[in-house]
Amino acid sequence: MSDAVFTPSQPSRIRLALRKPGFVVGILIIGFSVMLALFPGIFAPYDPNAIDYLAVRQPPSWTHPFGTDLLGRDSLSRVIWAYQVNMQMAVLATVFALVIGVVVGALVGYYRGIADLIFGRVVDAVITFPFLVLVIAVVAVLGPGLINMYIAITLVGWVYYARLMRAEVIAQMGNDYAAAGIVMGYSDRRIIFRHLLPNAITPVIVYWMTDMALAILLGSSLGYLGLGAQPPQSEWGVLIAEGRNFISTAWWLSLMPGIAIVLTGLGFSLLGDGLADLLRPRG
Amino acid sequence: MTAVMQIRDLHLRFPTGRSLADFVTGRPGREVKALNGVDLDLKRGETLGVVGESGCGKSTLARCIVRLHTPSEGSIEFEGQDIFGKASRDDRSYYRRVQMMFQDPYSSLNPRMTTGQILTEALKVHNMRPEADIPARVAELLDLVRLPQDAQGKLPHEFSGGQRQRIAIARALAVEPEVLIADELVSALDVSVQAQVVNLLLELQQELGLTILFVAHDLRLVRHVSNRVAVIYLGRIVEIGDSETLFSAPSHPYSQALLSAAPSLNPDNRGAVTRLEGELPSPLNMPKGCPFHIRCRHANDVCRKDVPALQPFEGRGEVACHHVKEINAYA
Repeated sequence: MSDAVFTPSQPSRIRLALRKPGFVVGILIIGFSVMLALFPGIFAPYDPNAIDYLAVRQPPSWTHPFGTDLLGRDSLSRVIWAYQVNMQMAVLATVFALVIGVVVGALVGYYRGIADLIFGRVVDAVITFPFLVLVIAVVAVLGPGLINMYIAITLVGWVYYARLMRAEVIAQMGNDYAAAGIVMGYSDRRIIFRHLLPNAITPVIVYWMTDMALAILLGSSLGYLGLGAQPPQSEWGVLIAEGRNFISTAWWLSLMPGIAIVLTGLGFSLLGDGLADLLRPRG
Repeated sequence: MTAVMQIRDLHLRFPTGRSLADFVTGRPGREVKALNGVDLDLKRGETLGVVGESGCGKSTLARCIVRLHTPSEGSIEFEGQDIFGKASRDDRSYYRRVQMMFQDPYSSLNPRMTTGQILTEALKVHNMRPEADIPARVAELLDLVRLPQDAQGKLPHEFSGGQRQRIAIARALAVEPEVLIADELVSALDVSVQAQVVNLLLELQQELGLTILFVAHDLRLVRHVSNRVAVIYLGRIVEIGDSETLFSAPSHPYSQALLSAAPSLNPDNRGAVTRLEGELPSPLNMPKGCPFHIRCRHANDVCRKDVPALQPFEGRGEVACHHVKEINAYA
């Protein structure tokens, strides 16, 4: 009665995922962005803070591919140095929300009861307000600056992760492997974190990728409004704000950091889509 | 044979949400009555089949026994101890001694754990073996359910349904249980594979002296597997008895109808089919009296008023019917 285990020959999942051009482009964009963020000094042609009053607001040229700003600083170098801040935003503004949200969501999804009811009301209260408005309100209380901005985004953002995680844990509990864990007498902790969480976390990871793009957008919005990164720090929102008054005469000042935002956002989106395919368990 | 497990007057009601209209008119919330007074003894070493149509409470009963549901009333005793009492809740051994196998082999195994990890986890949590002996025991378990050793490193999606069910059996056996609850163990499998899995289970029962509660809707399978059979209708046992006797001469009108509805492989045996009239009543809205009276052609006023108790009938087992004597006199 012993029969061979059925194993159709199949290319590995990673190979399959890499056949998707979108995923590859996403990896390239984010990979390159991470390089720029880690080693801006290697890629930037000039010191981003070197002021040159003899070369103010020059249009893009071979010596200054992105032109120069109102103090004669090289725009390309400033956009590259801004990667450091903006990529840091993508991570730091989301990762705490991710961890808190995953743990809270898994717990309320597993135990339900009163905690779940309270959680439901908290979610309702938070999603009633537009995200940006709520974050600005928190920053207004705490004061402007990057650290306070991370705190504000985390305070609001964990709710979205927790909501997703809770729904996914509840869905996973419909599977008999969760019941089997209970029948086997496994501890709640083991069932939640060893069994349910690895199966429930895929959509959260995918959402995280999108959320990093949103965090960059939000972070640069706050920078633009003067609530996030503070000049003279290079940050895309700050750079766009600096070019705002010269939009008709020195368009490159705002356009180039804008393109950087769009490109990074696109990279995270493509990466998220590819990961969604890669992480989906096979039936 | 002594009873390892005694189920007494087990009721389970699931409240359904109250609608706004209910709330305004002050009507109480409605309840789905899944189990309505089940009495059952599980004897050591036997295989007890539980049959009935969809929604009758077979699986609910099985899930109560492994404490996935807490009954609204009644008790389940395992070796004389109430399994819902505090003493049993604190005693971890019940989780080891009573195990369950599930219907759907595609959802009962964690898709992200290999067979080896699944078995190792069960062994470790219950301290079944010293750490060093665990790999050997995992190998032994795979042999026991006749899976090749290379199954250890594979994930559930690499197996067929029958193989997965054998992994589930191995997981249950890993903790060396005394009682196995098999909830529709093979209903999701192909017929040819069903036989393999069921025969494996029966062999293991012989070898390990297991007591099995075999919940299924496939009557021929239950007949093949069980020593005794209980027929459930709307959350109550209507007849229970020795498997051969019950299948060859069912006494309760519902058992008669249920068995005659099962297709026969013998082409000459197509005669008298007892057809049931009407629909299965909703467990939300249970009939008064005998739960079967709406569809029973022998029903009279007594049946509409009083619930019949399960009583011994002519050495055939126990039957819950007011008219069992008359029915079986001219049947």
